[in-house]
Amino acid sequence: MGRKILEVRNLKMYYFTSRGPVKAVDDVTFDLEKGEVLGLAGESGCGKSSIGFTLMGMPQPPGRIVSGSIKIDGREIVGLPEDVLRREIRWQKISMIFQGAMNALNPVYTIGYQMIEPLIYHKGMEREEALEKAMKYLELVGLDPEIVYRYPHELSGGMKQRVVIATALILEPDIVIADEPTTALDVVVQAQIINLMKRLKKKLGLSMIFITHDLSILAEISDRVAIMYAGKIVEIGPSEKIYNEPAHPYTQKLLAAIPRLHEDVEKLEFIPGSPPNLLNPPSGCRFHPRCPYAMDRCRQEEPKLVEVDKDHYAACWLL
Amino acid sequence: MSEPVLKVVNLKKYFPVRRGLLASLRGEPPKFVRAVDGVSFEVHKQEVFALVGESGCGKTTTGKLVMKLLEPTDGKIYLEGQDVTELRTKEEIKAYRRKVQMIFQDPFSSMNPRFRIYDVLEEPLLIHGIGETRAEREELIYKALEMVKIVPPEEYVHRFPHMLSGGQRQRVAIARALILNPTFIVADEPVSMLDVSIRAEILELMKELKEKMGVTYLYITHDLSTARYFADWIAVMYLGRIVEMGPAKEVIDNPIHPYTRALLTAVPEPDPSRKDVIKELPIKGEVPSAVNIPPGCRFHPRCVYFQKGLCDKKEPQMIEYSHNHWVECHLAGKI
Repeated sequence: MGRKILEVRNLKMYYFTSRGPVKAVDDVTFDLEKGEVLGLAGESGCGKSSIGFTLMGMPQPPGRIVSGSIKIDGREIVGLPEDVLRREIRWQKISMIFQGAMNALNPVYTIGYQMIEPLIYHKGMEREEALEKAMKYLELVGLDPEIVYRYPHELSGGMKQRVVIATALILEPDIVIADEPTTALDVVVQAQIINLMKRLKKKLGLSMIFITHDLSILAEISDRVAIMYAGKIVEIGPSEKIYNEPAHPYTQKLLAAIPRLHEDVEKLEFIPGSPPNLLNPPSGCRFHPRCPYAMDRCRQEEPKLVEVDKDHYAACWLL
Repeated sequence: MSEPVLKVVNLKKYFPVRRGLLASLRGEPPKFVRAVDGVSFEVHKQEVFALVGESGCGKTTTGKLVMKLLEPTDGKIYLEGQDVTELRTKEEIKAYRRKVQMIFQDPFSSMNPRFRIYDVLEEPLLIHGIGETRAEREELIYKALEMVKIVPPEEYVHRFPHMLSGGQRQRVAIARALILNPTFIVADEPVSMLDVSIRAEILELMKELKEKMGVTYLYITHDLSTARYFADWIAVMYLGRIVEMGPAKEVIDNPIHPYTRALLTAVPEPDPSRKDVIKELPIKGEVPSAVNIPPGCRFHPRCVYFQKGLCDKKEPQMIEYSHNHWVECHLAGKI
């Protein structure tokens, strides 16, 4: 077992809207070991991106951390004042590749200018030194270092995504959160970016949280996978277990809904209904209105995560 | 074989690129984006024909040409033997639109947010003058909603689109396409914006409608896995041309063209056993611009099997590699 670089305990982050709190992250507990990739999967609105933002210490307004603890390398970050977070934690200890970040590059500045900003502010580097480091990181992600002098519009989508990855890595954070890093890309480019992330993981020993709705991509890179439903982790374990012996009915149904490239599937399964409104989540197990095996107990009591196998946990009364 | 429902012959669509003042003063020749550059295929009754490719390969433009939302630069489109490119008058085009309907990618923006579901479905009926009385139209609307399993329809007709989930909205979009009882449906990425579980639901529904109602589809997608599941035929497009075409399973299990092979290698699969393997992708570089299409085989700068003097000089012809399996590559069968 490796060293735990991130420990999240009973984390709750609610969005306080005028209609009441939306329980986007509701009592979530997990760990991340050094050099490990944890995949976080679920349908839209299940709270997976909200976890990413919360770990960065910047839940999107009107969201607030209600309770729980986030420890990065043993240091508690919940409750730290904003200026400490900004100076010492965010981007230095934990960084994030945002969904669609490649389209957020500023069109009027060169790539280099945008990449060296954190180095100058956080590390107090000189311009030349910072530029050299930026070039080193561009090379690391498989780009020509001369790109520092180019503007975003001169690059293709795949190249921009590589720039964004390099920027997230440039302060050498302990943890990188990647939120749908390949979603807007074509399959060939997507495969290239996944290859790049695999290489970086090996070379730099990156610890990463990989957030996506696409279970196929997740299988390509994750050591462990957590499946989220309606703000909760319903199953977490080593990827081999999750994909080959899923324990939770939701995971089973999700996997049965994926069309396979090289297998004949007579009929795809789907989950009737839609995910619940998190203003008013269902009582008991949140999946019970859509679950084919729902019993009375599921409607009344909330299941806790139980160990079904070594390191493999699921929250379901059937187990 | 029976007469195809849709037949496309050597279809071309070039979009002019705006020249600068200087360029036009110098008398430089105008440039064109060759979005669709000589595409031919046939779709038979009650079959699903998938156009697969990456962004910018011309698959959506082909769909729009078939819908007659764009006028082709060259080439012919026949629907049930009738030459579509010859349709000129408003009435002719309107009659054509009744036979060919479209399902769009985004169910959120393809519906008027101020229309109730009833109005969304009534509009095509009013435009085409179907159903004399309100009661008649209402019956058609209820029937269409039942067909796509929005039940009971009474409960939904007075809702606005934002009150439905993504999957329900896409069902309504399908109902709207079906209500005119079309012979042909162009579905442009109908499931790519939906979550996995809903995606399966919509694919199942479209498949069921094909079998029950005899709908014929042109299915436009970037996703080879759903194409394999839903389509009978797959055509892979690259830079405006079909490079490989054949029965869905045959193309996926026995790809001939180097581009198809690369695409298939790149598709991620839900199999964690390969997580530490770095997949070598048999493809180089990036897609060139459709303004400057490479000479010879347009795939040659990216091809790992490139043969100098052949691939960069001579344009390959479409050949029938095996029964019904067409490929456009000089090296077909040799690699």
